[in-house]
Amino acid sequence: MRFAQGGLIDREAPVEFSFDGRSYRGFAGDTLASALLANDIRLMGRSFKYHRPRGPLTAGSEEPNALVTLGEGPGQEPNARATTCEVHDGLVARSQNRWPGLGFDLLGVNDWAAPFLGAGFYYKTFMWPKSFWERLYEPLIRRAAGLGSLSGVASAETCDKAFAHCDLLVIGAGPAGLMAALAAARAGADVILADEDTRPGGALLRESGEVAGQPGAHWAVQVSEELAGMDNVRIMCRTSVTGVYDHGTYAALERAAPATVRREGAATETFWRIVARRTVLAAGALERPVAFRDNDRPGVMLAGAVRAYANRWAVRPGRAVAVFGNNDSAHRTARDLMARGVHVCALVDARHGARTDLDLPFFPGAVVSRAHGGRRLEAVDIRMPGRSLRLRADCLAISGGWNPSVHLTCHLGARPVWDADLVAFLPGAGAVPGLDVAGAASGVFSTAGCLESGWHAGMAAARALDLKPVEAAIPKAEDGHYDIVPLWAVPGKGRAWVDFQNDVTVKDVSQAAQENFRSVEHMKRYTTQGMAPDQGKNSNVVALAVLADATRDGIPETGTTTFRPPFTPVSIAAMGAGAQGMGFAPRRLTTSHRVSLRRGAPMLEVGLWYRPSHYPRVGEATWRESCDREARMVRESVGITDVSTLGKIDIQGPDAARFLDFVYTNRFTTLAEGRVRYGLMLREDGHVMDDGTTARLGPEHYLMTTTTAAAGQVLRHLEFVHQCLCPHMDLRLISVTEQWAQFAVAGPRASALLEEVLQGPLDLPFMGCRAVSMGPVGARLFRISFSGEQGYEIAVPSRYGEGLFSRLVDRAEALGGGAYGMEALNVLRIEKGFITHAEIHGRVTAFDIGMAGMISKDKDCIGKAAAARPGLLGAEREQLVGLRPVKSGAAILAGAHLFEEQAEAISRHDQGYVTSTCHSPALGDTLALGFLRNGRARHGEVVRMVEHLQGVETLCRVSDPLAFDPAGGRMRD
Amino acid sequence: MRFSGLRVLREGLRGNRGWRPHWRDASPRPAYDAIIIGGGGHGLATAYYLAKKHGAQRIAVLEKGYLGGGNIGRNTTIVRANYLLPGNSEFYSHSLKLWEGMEEELNYNVMHSQRGQIVLFHDDGQRDAAIRRGNAMRNQGDDAELLSVADLRRMVPYLDYDQARFPIRGGLLQRRAGTARHDAVAWGYARAASDLGVDLIQNCEVTGVDVKDGAVRGVQTTRGAIAAPKVGIIVAGRSSQVAAMAGMRLPIESHVLQAFVTEGLKPCLDHVISFGMGHFYISQSDKGGLVFGGDLDFYASYAARGNLPMAEHVMEAGMTLMPMIGKAKVLRSWGGIMDMTPDGSPIIDRTSVEGLYVDCGWCYGGFKAVPASGDCMAHLMALDRPHEAAKRFRLDRFRTGRGLMDEEGTGSQHNLH
Amino acid sequence: MRITCPICGARDRREFYYMGAAVALDRPVPEADAAAWNAYIHERDNPAGLTRDLWYHEAGCGAWLVVTRDTISHEVHGVTLASDMRAGG
Repeated sequence: MRFAQGGLIDREAPVEFSFDGRSYRGFAGDTLASALLANDIRLMGRSFKYHRPRGPLTAGSEEPNALVTLGEGPGQEPNARATTCEVHDGLVARSQNRWPGLGFDLLGVNDWAAPFLGAGFYYKTFMWPKSFWERLYEPLIRRAAGLGSLSGVASAETCDKAFAHCDLLVIGAGPAGLMAALAAARAGADVILADEDTRPGGALLRESGEVAGQPGAHWAVQVSEELAGMDNVRIMCRTSVTGVYDHGTYAALERAAPATVRREGAATETFWRIVARRTVLAAGALERPVAFRDNDRPGVMLAGAVRAYANRWAVRPGRAVAVFGNNDSAHRTARDLMARGVHVCALVDARHGARTDLDLPFFPGAVVSRAHGGRRLEAVDIRMPGRSLRLRADCLAISGGWNPSVHLTCHLGARPVWDADLVAFLPGAGAVPGLDVAGAASGVFSTAGCLESGWHAGMAAARALDLKPVEAAIPKAEDGHYDIVPLWAVPGKGRAWVDFQNDVTVKDVSQAAQENFRSVEHMKRYTTQGMAPDQGKNSNVVALAVLADATRDGIPETGTTTFRPPFTPVSIAAMGAGAQGMGFAPRRLTTSHRVSLRRGAPMLEVGLWYRPSHYPRVGEATWRESCDREARMVRESVGITDVSTLGKIDIQGPDAARFLDFVYTNRFTTLAEGRVRYGLMLREDGHVMDDGTTARLGPEHYLMTTTTAAAGQVLRHLEFVHQCLCPHMDLRLISVTEQWAQFAVAGPRASALLEEVLQGPLDLPFMGCRAVSMGPVGARLFRISFSGEQGYEIAVPSRYGEGLFSRLVDRAEALGGGAYGMEALNVLRIEKGFITHAEIHGRVTAFDIGMAGMISKDKDCIGKAAAARPGLLGAEREQLVGLRPVKSGAAILAGAHLFEEQAEAISRHDQGYVTSTCHSPALGDTLALGFLRNGRARHGEVVRMVEHLQGVETLCRVSDPLAFDPAGGRMRD
Repeated sequence: MRFSGLRVLREGLRGNRGWRPHWRDASPRPAYDAIIIGGGGHGLATAYYLAKKHGAQRIAVLEKGYLGGGNIGRNTTIVRANYLLPGNSEFYSHSLKLWEGMEEELNYNVMHSQRGQIVLFHDDGQRDAAIRRGNAMRNQGDDAELLSVADLRRMVPYLDYDQARFPIRGGLLQRRAGTARHDAVAWGYARAASDLGVDLIQNCEVTGVDVKDGAVRGVQTTRGAIAAPKVGIIVAGRSSQVAAMAGMRLPIESHVLQAFVTEGLKPCLDHVISFGMGHFYISQSDKGGLVFGGDLDFYASYAARGNLPMAEHVMEAGMTLMPMIGKAKVLRSWGGIMDMTPDGSPIIDRTSVEGLYVDCGWCYGGFKAVPASGDCMAHLMALDRPHEAAKRFRLDRFRTGRGLMDEEGTGSQHNLH
Repeated sequence: MRITCPICGARDRREFYYMGAAVALDRPVPEADAAAWNAYIHERDNPAGLTRDLWYHEAGCGAWLVVTRDTISHEVHGVTLASDMRAGG
């Protein structure tokens, strides 16, 4: 039922779409709801709990009833509002939360059982028998609950995220927003004008009144064209500002137009973070319904929505339309419909003494007390003093008044303020720093008032931005007085809906009060009112008014629940855009990465880095075979591994050594130039933060290495200690992790290999360092070892890393060695009892790992005082030990707990746990590290390792953590 | 009034006019035997167990707003007993057992749903840590299972196993873990406590704690002075402020934790799933909304609302872990105020003031602790000695270094737990 | 949330690392007693209102900042370089 003329639809551009498998026609500019209504389809959804048949109540994003599923397959979108979805060719929409179909829904039986399904019924039952909850009741409830369905697989569509900055953000492009944007833009401000609709205009798009002597929608086009022509203005349609955050940060969701979405690779949604110096909120107002018996029948719509369907989309809302309200919105609807030739069968005005010039059956001081019909409205009961009347009507337009859209003003915690004259909540003054409210959102309901209020807000914003506003005339428009009497619920039998979406009735609200859920928060949580996808946009004020009536408190005393972001729902895909798959975190690659991949090395994720696990050779079937071979290679000949991921911090300055003394437990002021020292670093709470070596490269120049995992934390810590605790010390720190590629060369033939590469004698003692060169390339050579073998690390500027690595590996292979990966590196260090973050996991102290002696007695250091706390010392502590199976070759599993040999494996008897484990080719047996209560005093004892999850038990002999070459000759000599 | 299916039928047939208040609203009397400051989950549970187990007669719960209006009204509803360290291990084990009997105990359906929680791991180090944790759970007598990728593909096929930045290598499952309807827990304890004679006093803010000669004498409130020889401070989110009224400085910093819920969806996620490479945990409520959360906003705050960076991080984690939820729309986000302690574990202890007790520092694990916290705090207040399951939750552990329970191993910086 | 770094200007919160109360600047002397160390490392005033805390401009200039801030409104009243604060005090 489409009017022959008018409306903001493009009649030259018909589109075909489907709903529940049937094809329909609409026009470009239609929403799914307007197009279906034009096809005389009203039934668009089912309610959440009682599965009542529902049609659209509104014409906007606040729609509670007409929720549909869009699309099919992986990208299907549940719970889309038919009232905002733009129809386009090929659009596929389906109804949801019904079975087997929308017309006949078996779960409609819930409506008959309604007396037993009232507020909070589920808290009182389903408790017997106990085991039935998970097995029977909950699955049934879950299946009946929920609205639409996800596809269960990832969508192929992409979303995007972006930042924007502006002087002024105007939220809402209705009469107030357009004027605000115009005033500020003409003064030279950078303006973003955002509106959730497909085009600027706001309420002007639905109203028939004129602005500056032309139809309001035309005026909106003219102004937005002027704005669009200015370089300092960005108009963002289809963009809903969803949240207000601190210091002028706003979240907004932009939906792409259907034509854009069809373009290959285009983002369907973009999540914006807009940083604005000033903001004007001109988000308008939302009309609210009145509760009366069966007010949820399809065909009952808000009065403003009926005008929107008639004026904007040229949809005839019904054959016989009744109009009911407590303010002039109802009259406007009646007038507009009559102007279109629609039969208005009644205008019911709750205000006594109301008048009208319209030629129609007029009922002042009356109410609609009941709607009749099932899947569509058939008649309404009109009750007036002394009599009542039933009228046939297939559409009822209702207006219970207008709620300014205060939502965004409350996101920082402010509460709205009740205005008894306007019978509405208004934004609190100063609710959001830098934000002014204009137009209907501020309680100004006439078009003229909105234009003026928006203009002033824009001028004020310009002045606040130190810009010079340009005066101009405000266009003329309708300037009616908003006259309203409170009307929330029409008394009577039966069920009257407050929250359409979650099926909460007036009775539910009063029952909640009767059960002592009298606080508005309790009522909400007990009845679920306001918790549905519309977040109470249609129901909150009515519900709290009904509650206030039941508790005999006033509305302002009852107050509102908390308004929270987002204003309109935001898809997880949009807010999490870019993270799917590999996008979640950056990838850090070493300079040897490509070479390692070419050599077939599987990569392991180590924090953000990728490091090679092992380098498989022909004939090696498992990682273990490669790992064993690589470990042996290092012990017998020479191995190469990339250690560039370790943090490298360059420290320079006259006080650098003193500074190191303060951050390390041990001394560095005594470290000679050209020497390297192992250092242990504590947190201020006395636990081990990290360990590593520091080399003295020059008189005032040190290079610290950290573990891969703690590189960032250590740099931050050093900066903290320097800037916050000892800023008087003269030194500078910088991370050079990325600047240097560094490779370990380890094994009995390491010197031979490096002498060949460097073409000369190495001349470097154990724990020495010096500058070397390879032709024109300056490099650094360190004699340090994490393998227990004769070991060097050679560092070159990163751009030479790949070349050097290839060369080192080639030479190593020529000497019977080769590259080794993380697995072998781990074996070698376990054999030597060297710790990693598997051992220093944040709960251990220097005492626990046997390094208490490294805390220098004659100087202060970070963590020294706290490390001396009695609870961090002594026999009760779990201490680092080595473990070997009593029966050679038996498994020791990392994560398993340790018990005395005969003790039951329960918490009370827990003695410790295994941290690292490997097969040691050098020792031909399983080898592990772990922590054991009073472990250092227990070397030689047998303990039982129990791993419940995999069902493994092994007797282990406790030993020193250092298992291979205890004297250390291989490393030093 | 006893709740049952039969009662629901009977009242339904009578027009639901017979339902009575779930709890009695009391006005403060001049004196009580014990005062609980804070009408949240922990406070209400403490009052209930004081009355039920220790026969305490004159108990008042003072709530500055409405009952259950704090963190029990705004969490992600996860109930589990999967702790690593002594202290936490036995406490949460005790708590889970109380959860399992809660509906019978309270005659209130809190919808405790033991749907199972899966904590994923993504590398060898995390696997070893999961094994250590799983064994601690088994040693404690609780259930834990190690899941292979094949197990996971069968149980939770919708995770991204093939393209994720941090591939899934396995998971640790606790079948007895799950969720509950958070508000109902507060209401259930309130109703049961009220039935035992506890005075539940809403809109009654404590403005001072009266201490004389080293002992507590009562409290000052917006509704007048109330005397009592024993006072329990159970006000997570405001612990520092109330403790300061008694001259105490706690080892607590307050932080915002956000949480999120989507629009209702048909069942698509049957477990509680926790990501291992970023903070993200998710479940689906019985109403159909996906309920999920992440890490703290990381700065000290009492604002009970979050900011965007963490919200986006949480969504990003969701998208990399289970991209099938991309089309679900976030309906609401909120923030609660967490008592963050220097080791991430709570405090249930006496104070330097005789008769004054604190139950605080729940970080963001307080919901699942509700029954055991109530039980142990009631035990402490009634008998002046700690309950066996909470004897390590001492206030002095930070000073002595004895029995620290730093599950994350991140050290004394409050916001890192 | 935005913080104005004295060196870099107004920047988004995500560039900063947060540590905690600025009490961390007042490290006790090494020989201070257990109570003093406990107060320094663990105990906090934790005000609901104005506070001073430490932020690190990690994704910016690397400066540690003392931010005077309201923990209820999140309003920022002032930002100072921690090193200036220490040098001045």
